Amino acid sequence: MKKELTFTLNGEAITAEVDPKWTLLYLLREVLDLTGTKEGCGYGECGACTVIIDGRAVNSCLFPVMEAEGRSITTIEGIGLKDGSMHPLQTAFIDEGAVQCGFCTPGMIMSAKALLDANDKPTEEEIKDAIEGNLCRCTGYVKILDAIKSAAGGR
Amino acid sequence: MTGYEYYKPKTIEEAIKLMGSLEGARYIAGGTDVMVLLRQKKIAPRCMISLRNIADLTRIDIKDGLRVGSAVTHSAIEENEHIKKRYSALNDATTHLGSRQIRNVATIGGNICNAAPSADTACPLLVLDARAIIAGPKGAREVDLDDFFLGPGSTALEKDEIVKEFVMPPFDENTGSAYIKHTRRQAMDLPILGVAARITISVKDESEVRCRDMFCTIDSISNILSRLKEEGLKCEDARIAMGVVAPRPIRAKKAEAALKGKIVSPELFEEIGNIAAGEAQPRDSIRGEAWYRSEMIRVLTKRALIKAIDRVIRPDEAIYPERLW
Repeated sequence: MKKELTFTLNGEAITAEVDPKWTLLYLLREVLDLTGTKEGCGYGECGACTVIIDGRAVNSCLFPVMEAEGRSITTIEGIGLKDGSMHPLQTAFIDEGAVQCGFCTPGMIMSAKALLDANDKPTEEEIKDAIEGNLCRCTGYVKILDAIKSAAGGR
Repeated sequence: MTGYEYYKPKTIEEAIKLMGSLEGARYIAGGTDVMVLLRQKKIAPRCMISLRNIADLTRIDIKDGLRVGSAVTHSAIEENEHIKKRYSALNDATTHLGSRQIRNVATIGGNICNAAPSADTACPLLVLDARAIIAGPKGAREVDLDDFFLGPGSTALEKDEIVKEFVMPPFDENTGSAYIKHTRRQAMDLPILGVAARITISVKDESEVRCRDMFCTIDSISNILSRLKEEGLKCEDARIAMGVVAPRPIRAKKAEAALKGKIVSPELFEEIGNIAAGEAQPRDSIRGEAWYRSEMIRVLTKRALIKAIDRVIRPDEAIYPERLW
C-alpha cells in the first residue's frame, strides 16, 4: 500500500510515493537516485548512510521512511555551495587526502557537517565524538580528523 | 521483508487504542533496535505504531526532581545541563551509548523497555531511584524501576502498555552520582560491565572538604580515601547498581547497606567492592569471562563511588579539570 509523503530534501519541498516498510535510505538511493548516501552494514553500525535530519546526523538505514514526513533532510548531494562549488568540508577532505576508497566519505562528511553547523570551533575530542559512528577501513582516521579540523579552521 | 502499515498517533491514548485494535502490531520509538530486528527477520509485525510524534513522551521536566519522557532521545538527555549536574550518572550513560547518530534517535524508553542486561541507562536509573509511569488500556500505574526488569528482554509491562515517563526524586548538592561503562573501545560498544553509584555525603564539623585538590592529581584512590577518612567524610546514603552481571540490571543492596552511615576509608571501599562482587552472578560471554567481570566489579564499584564523591566535592569541573576515573 503506497503512501504519499511530503518533506524537504536538500532545501526543496518534495512529495514522494513510498511503501511504509521502506527505510529512508531505500527511498533516497533506489527511488530518488541519490546514491551519494551509501549502504554499508544496514544495522546502524558503520555510518556510511548518515544524513542530516532537522540538523542532526542520523543513520538513514534505520530511519523508517514514514517518519520523514514534514522533516528537513540533507544528503551529501545537497551540501554544495550555491555557485556550484564544493562544501569546504569536501574540499578539505580532498586537500588533506582523507579519501581513499571513498565509501565512508559521504557519511563521514555528513557527520562532520552536523557537528560544524552546531559548533564551528570543535575540539579534537568533539570531532572524534561526532564521527564515532562512522567506520573507515582505509585511512586510520588521522587524515579525516585533519580534514575536519582544517575545514573548521577555514571558516 | 513483508510489509507493514505505519501509524503515527499524536497522543498516548490513541497509541494504546491502536495497539488494542490492530493485529500483529508493535510499538516503535527511535527504531534503532526494532529496525535491526526487522532487517534480521527476527520480527515480522503487520503494523508499526510510532511513539515518536507524541508530545507527552518527549518532554524533560526538572521541577521537583526529574521527569524524563520515554521517547526522549539520548542526545536530548546528554545536552541537558540540569541532568548533567544533578543526575550525572544518567549523563554518563547517555554520552557513551552507541554513536552520535544512534543517540540522536534512540530513546531512553526503548533502552529500558528492551530490558537488555547491558542497557546503559538502566543502572543510572536504578541508583537515581527512578519509577516508571506506565499508561495502558486499564489506566496509569507506577512501577519502581527495580521491579520493572524481570529478565533479559522481559519487563513488568503488560499487553498494550507504554512507559510514559521516568520520574526521579530531587537530590541536593551533597549527593553525586556516576556511571562507569567498562568497554573494550570507547565508541559503538556494549559494556563488558556497567556500574552506577549514587552517594550522599556529609563532613564532620566542616563545610568543605580540605583535600579536594587531591582529586586533580593522579593520586591513587586509596590515598584519597585515606585523606577523606581523616576528614571524617561520612556516607549518609548510597545506591549501587550493576549491569551485565545477571539476567537483568541489579542493585547491590547488601553493599549499599554496608556503606550507609559509615565514614569512608580504603578498607570500607575494599569491603564494599567485595560485597558487590558477591551479589553478582556474571557469566562467560563474548565480551568477557565471569572471573574477569567479578574482579572488575570490585574495581569499578570503588571507582564509581569515588567519582560520585568527586562530583559532590568538585561540582564545578570548569575550575578543576575532570579526572579520568
